[in-house]
Amino acid sequence: MTFLSKATLVAAALALAACNNPRGGADDYQYGGTGGISSTALGDPSDPTSIAYFNTTIGDTVQFTVNSSELSNQGTIILRTQAVWLNRYPQLSILIEGHADERGTREYNVALGAQRAARVQQFLISEGVSAQRIRTVSYGKERPIEVCAVQRCWDLNRRAATVVSN
Amino acid sequence: MTSFSRRPVLGLLAGFALAPSTAFAQTPLRIEITEGVIEPVAYAIPDFVAENGAGAQYAQSLARVIANNLTGTGLLREIPPTAHIGRITSFDSPVQFSDWRAINARALITGAVRVSGQQITVKFRLFDVVSGQQLGDGLQLDGSTDAWRRMAHRVSDQVYQRLTGETGYFDSRVVFIAESGARNNRRKQVAIMDQDGENTQYLTDGTALTFAPRFSPTGDRILFTSYETGFPRIYLMDVASRRRQMIGDQPGTMTFAPRFSPDGQSVVYSLSVDGRTDLFLLNLTSGQRWQLTATNTIDTAPSFSPDGTSVVFESDRSGQSQLYVMPITGGEPMRISQGQGRYSTPVWSPRGDLVAFTKQHNGRFHIGVMRVDGSNERLLTASYLDEGPTWSPNGRVIMFTREQAGGDPSLMSVDITGRNLRRVLTPGPASDPSWSPLLP
Repeated sequence: MTFLSKATLVAAALALAACNNPRGGADDYQYGGTGGISSTALGDPSDPTSIAYFNTTIGDTVQFTVNSSELSNQGTIILRTQAVWLNRYPQLSILIEGHADERGTREYNVALGAQRAARVQQFLISEGVSAQRIRTVSYGKERPIEVCAVQRCWDLNRRAATVVSN
Repeated sequence: MTSFSRRPVLGLLAGFALAPSTAFAQTPLRIEITEGVIEPVAYAIPDFVAENGAGAQYAQSLARVIANNLTGTGLLREIPPTAHIGRITSFDSPVQFSDWRAINARALITGAVRVSGQQITVKFRLFDVVSGQQLGDGLQLDGSTDAWRRMAHRVSDQVYQRLTGETGYFDSRVVFIAESGARNNRRKQVAIMDQDGENTQYLTDGTALTFAPRFSPTGDRILFTSYETGFPRIYLMDVASRRRQMIGDQPGTMTFAPRFSPDGQSVVYSLSVDGRTDLFLLNLTSGQRWQLTATNTIDTAPSFSPDGTSVVFESDRSGQSQLYVMPITGGEPMRISQGQGRYSTPVWSPRGDLVAFTKQHNGRFHIGVMRVDGSNERLLTASYLDEGPTWSPNGRVIMFTREQAGGDPSLMSVDITGRNLRRVLTPGPASDPSWSPLLP
C-alpha cells in the first residue's frame, strides 16, 4: 500500500478528529475558510510510512544548548534521518518551529528560535530536502513543551521541531 | 459647561476665598523625588464635599482614587479619614489648620463635587498645613460623569506636580498582555487599562498568540506582534476604533519588536530571515523601508531616543547580548553596556537621560537603568525573571513583568531610585506592559 492511499484510509477513520497538527502550528491561527483547521493523518507509529513514525520513531525534535543554535552530534543524526524520510515523501510540507527556554527576554527568544529553526532548515536543505517545501517559524519562549522552573524543562524547551503535514 | 465631553476640562477657580497670606511664608512644602524619599510626607484627603444630592455618590470615590494614586507613589503617606479631627463641610470656608496640624498632616487636599444629569464638576485645593498656605490655585474640572476617574487622576497629577515640581503620570493608561490558560498553550490577549489597574478592556480576542504591545507617542495607537497568520507579524491598531492592519510584513520573514518613532510617523522593528535578525525602519505614510543593521547575529528590541535621532537596541554581535546606540541615519553602533552579564530590552526614558533595561546575570534577572553613555548603571530589582521595562510619562517610575519560578507573570512598578517596588493589580496573570503618555 502506498503512503497516500494508506493516509487517506486513516484520514477517513479519523474524520471526526479536529486538528491533528501536534504542536498547534501555523494553521491554527488563521481566520475564515476552514477556520484554520487542517487535518493530517498521523497513522501508526510502527508504520514507517506514517507521520507518527516520523514524529516518534525518527524523532521530530532536536535540542540546543543555552543561547546557541549549533546542532549537537545527536541532533545531526536525527536530522539526517529526518532528511532521508522527508526525501522519500516529497509531497509533504514541512514547518520548522524554533523555540527557546524561559530564561531569556521575549524578543531575544523569538530571534533565537528563528536562528534555531533556520539552522535546522539549512541542514535539511544540505541533505537534499527541497527548500520550497520548508517554512520556519519561531515561537520564542511562548510555547514550552515542559512547564517547570528547573534545568530539565529548560533543556527540553530549547528545541526545534520539524512539523510535517499533507 | 454645556459640552458633553468625556474629557475633563481644567479651569482655574474664579474668586477664590483663600488667598495665601504671605505673612506666614515659610519654606514651602516640597518633595525632592530624585533623592529618594526616606520618610513619606503625611497628608489628609477627607471625602469631597457633595454640593448636591447627585454628587454624593462620587464624594468618597474621588477622594479614594486620588489617595490610592498619591500613596502609591511612596512619596506620601495618608492619614486615614478615621483619624481626622477636622471636617470639611464647605469647599470655600476657611480651613481650621489646627485640626490638621493636630493629626500631624503636612498636606491637606480638599474637594467638592456636583453632578447635573451626565455632567460632573469637580473642584479641589491643596494646602500646606504647617504654613497654613494654599499650594497653587484652586482648580475646577468639568466633564461627563463617565470621566470621573480621569478627573481624580487629573487632580492627582496636579497635587503631585505642586508637591514635587515634576509632571505627574496618573492620567495615563497601560497596554499589556492578559494571560490565561495552560502555561504550555497560553492564551494571550492585548488589553488596556488605566495606570491604576482599573477599566480593563481587551483589544484582541485571544485567538492568536500576541506579545509586546507598544503605545504611540500620542497614546491613540498601539503596535503589537501577533501570530494571526501563523507567523509573527506586526500590527498597528487604532485604540478607539480597534481597527488594525498588518505592517512591515515580507513573505518568508518574521517581524516583531516594533516601536514608534517620537513623531509617530515611523516604526523601528526587527526582521528575521534565514536566522539573521536585523533592525528596520518603516515610514508609515510612504511605506518606505530602510535596513538599519546587517549582521549575521541578533539585533532586536530597538527603542528611539526622545529627540528621534538615535536608537538603542540589543545585539549579540559581541558574543552575548549587549546594548548599543546608533544614529537613525545609519553609522556604526556604539556599545554602551559595560558590566558583566547579558543586557536586553533597552528603553530610552522620556526625559532622554536614562536607558532602562533587563539584565541577566548569575541566574537572576534585573531591571536597571544607566545613563545613555552607559555610565552609572544601577540595578533596581532582582528576581527569577524580571523583564521588559516601560517608563511612566514623567520618567520617574518603571513598570515591568515579573515571573516567579513556576508561577504566573504579573506587572510590577518601581521608582528610579529603586524604592517603592509594588505589584500593579490586573484581573489575571499579565505581562509586557507599555505605559502611555499623559492623556490629552
